[in-house]
Amino acid sequence: MLTAILVMVVLAVTVGLVLGWSAVRFKVEGNPLAEKIDAILPQTQCGQCGFPGCRPYAEAIAKGEADINQCPPGGEEGIKKLAELLGVEPKPLDEAHGAPKPKSVAFIDEQLCIGCTLCIQACPVDAISGAAKQMHTIIAAECTGCELCVAPCPVDCIAMVPIAEDLPHWKWKYPVIELKRVA
Amino acid sequence: MSRKLFKFKGGVHLSEHKAESNARPLHAAPLPGKLVIPLRQHIGNPAKPVVEVGERVLKGQMIGAADGYISAAVHASSSGIVTAIGPAAVPHISGLPDLCITIETDGRDEWIAHAPLDYQAMAAADLRMKLRDMGIAGLGGAVFPSAVKLDPGAAHSCPTLIINGGECEPWITCDDMLMRNRAGEILQGVAVMRHLLGSTEILVGIEDNKPEAIAAMQAAAQSLDFAVEVVAVPAIYPAGGAKQMIETLTGKQVPSGKLSTDIGIQVFNVGTAYALACAVHHGEPLISRLVTVTGHVLRPQNFEVLIGTPMHTLITLAGERDDSTGALMGGPMMGMPMPDLEVPVVKATNCILVKSNALFPPLPKALPCIRCTRCADVCPAELQPQELFRFAKTGDFGRAQEYHLFDCIECGCCSYVCPSHIPLVDFYRYAKSEIWAREKEKRAADLARERHEFREFRLAREKKEKAEKLAAKAQAARTQAGLDQAKRAELPAAPAPELATAPSDADAKKALIAAALARAQAKKAEVAPKNTDHLLPATQREIEEIEARRAKIHELARQPLESEEKKP
Repeated sequence: MLTAILVMVVLAVTVGLVLGWSAVRFKVEGNPLAEKIDAILPQTQCGQCGFPGCRPYAEAIAKGEADINQCPPGGEEGIKKLAELLGVEPKPLDEAHGAPKPKSVAFIDEQLCIGCTLCIQACPVDAISGAAKQMHTIIAAECTGCELCVAPCPVDCIAMVPIAEDLPHWKWKYPVIELKRVA
Repeated sequence: MSRKLFKFKGGVHLSEHKAESNARPLHAAPLPGKLVIPLRQHIGNPAKPVVEVGERVLKGQMIGAADGYISAAVHASSSGIVTAIGPAAVPHISGLPDLCITIETDGRDEWIAHAPLDYQAMAAADLRMKLRDMGIAGLGGAVFPSAVKLDPGAAHSCPTLIINGGECEPWITCDDMLMRNRAGEILQGVAVMRHLLGSTEILVGIEDNKPEAIAAMQAAAQSLDFAVEVVAVPAIYPAGGAKQMIETLTGKQVPSGKLSTDIGIQVFNVGTAYALACAVHHGEPLISRLVTVTGHVLRPQNFEVLIGTPMHTLITLAGERDDSTGALMGGPMMGMPMPDLEVPVVKATNCILVKSNALFPPLPKALPCIRCTRCADVCPAELQPQELFRFAKTGDFGRAQEYHLFDCIECGCCSYVCPSHIPLVDFYRYAKSEIWAREKEKRAADLARERHEFREFRLAREKKEKAEKLAAKAQAARTQAGLDQAKRAELPAAPAPELATAPSDADAKKALIAAALARAQAKKAEVAPKNTDHLLPATQREIEEIEARRAKIHELARQPLESEEKKP
């Protein structure tokens, strides 16, 4: 009887120690679910979801504070992926947060730019180069097309230009095949 | 043939249609008036233009320099004036324009100074860079820069070198004609490849439906100082695919996701070997190639064509016929329909196949997949095409990749045998390009995330630095204020001591304001007279006496005026 109790106590202590040690040793920093959600989000950092960037939105989804259908740049496909990850039913995009648009980059009309730096401060990914009273320009390769620079411009010199299809970006289209009527 | 051959899985027997074009002798196509030379003719980075509009260029002059390791240069195919550098129609299925250099030829066909390379004396790396600058790229179809393939890498040698003379696609005969007419030069190129790769076994695989080519290559191989085995392989499509040729000749399969060099085998097309021989033995860059013009034309034949010649010129040379329904670049199985016949011949152009409804009737309307798996039976890559089709159709690209979509060589056997006439390969191409596009988007998103996170970090750091600077300033001000207070304490009358001692709290702003106020007060206090306060009674009495005396003097000073007033 005593041996049995002793064995159980020793076992409990050992297991407890191992668990306690592994909790310290293998501590996961941050929320792994939020990381996974963040990996699906398009990283446009546009804030259309109502959060200041993709990461805060991902954290809100992980906490259950935000819905999965608030990201227009992610589109239907992003919602589908989020639904798959979270094990929920996909739902249509919430129109209140905007509609998906073709991928664009911002373009600054350098004739009109007065060099006020307001767009530089608005850009979430530092994709605008320029300085006070110097002409600004967009680094097209870094621009996510979030449109956050458009509103602050006092002279309306920023336009969103849809990305034109060229050879390196060309994609094979979904084959349209004519089906034979059988009935 | 003594060599034991192996059989790859699947494949289809097609009607060859080779006799149409290989009966006529090889001709050089005449010099066109205008050459349009695309800068993106190979896999990898497009070449960078190194000439300017209006500049006169000579035949063989580099007009586009290789950009990076996986790239190749492009050259002027003839002498003339550069008239444009800009987007122009290129032989691509999309019909999208790409950067090209247009040369108005002057008819003199004047060569730039060039000399053979002493390749045996050159360092291997220098020779490869030289070949890259001579624009040598694989002419079998993929147009991969040959300099990269000629680098044996960490292994330091590639034991087996296979020269691919398979040419399994129907209608095309350019490799056949090249082997018949230029077998010696091809083997000279092979010698250079052998030198660079350190190969010990050299095999030339030719489909057994080209007996003349086999004979010519065997004859040329006799006079070499190293052993070259010319092997006739059974004619079955796609025996000319690199992986299929390897399996037929050696029995080895290239593992999924690996390169043939990982199993010690490198494969080159016969055309590439010929181009290499021209580069090394004559110093001539890749500016021309053999092109089969066949199908719905009057005189199907092979031409030696300068890169940049419009395709329509060649069709006219071969005798254009009415009722043609466009042209394919390549063969009927893997060829790409050309959006326009004015597009130039490029390094990848092995064949221009003119179509007609009689030769290539339009595909019957498709029926749903009945899962008969005939496609799986013929797939030489041993895939499950019916499953890949299902995944591509529904956009389940992850599953498609699990089913090894990227091992598909797009040979078209599955589409050929499909009883429902489903264009299966189109679905695989669609799925592949979608996956690539997503991969690219993912990279862009990762970059954006990184940049956003860095911006957040930078803003936080700037805020912290500003706060620290302010705090340091406040600290300095406090110490100053403390000093001032000490100074004032030494003085007999220090006004506003409650203000001077006030800034002991942590609030930096308050401290600053207090310090400023204290300074102002101190200044004010300095200006105010201080020697009349808290005096000793004796001094006070003295001062009073002085004041009284002053008052008396003032009184006396006024008196004479009064006396004068009284005098009159």
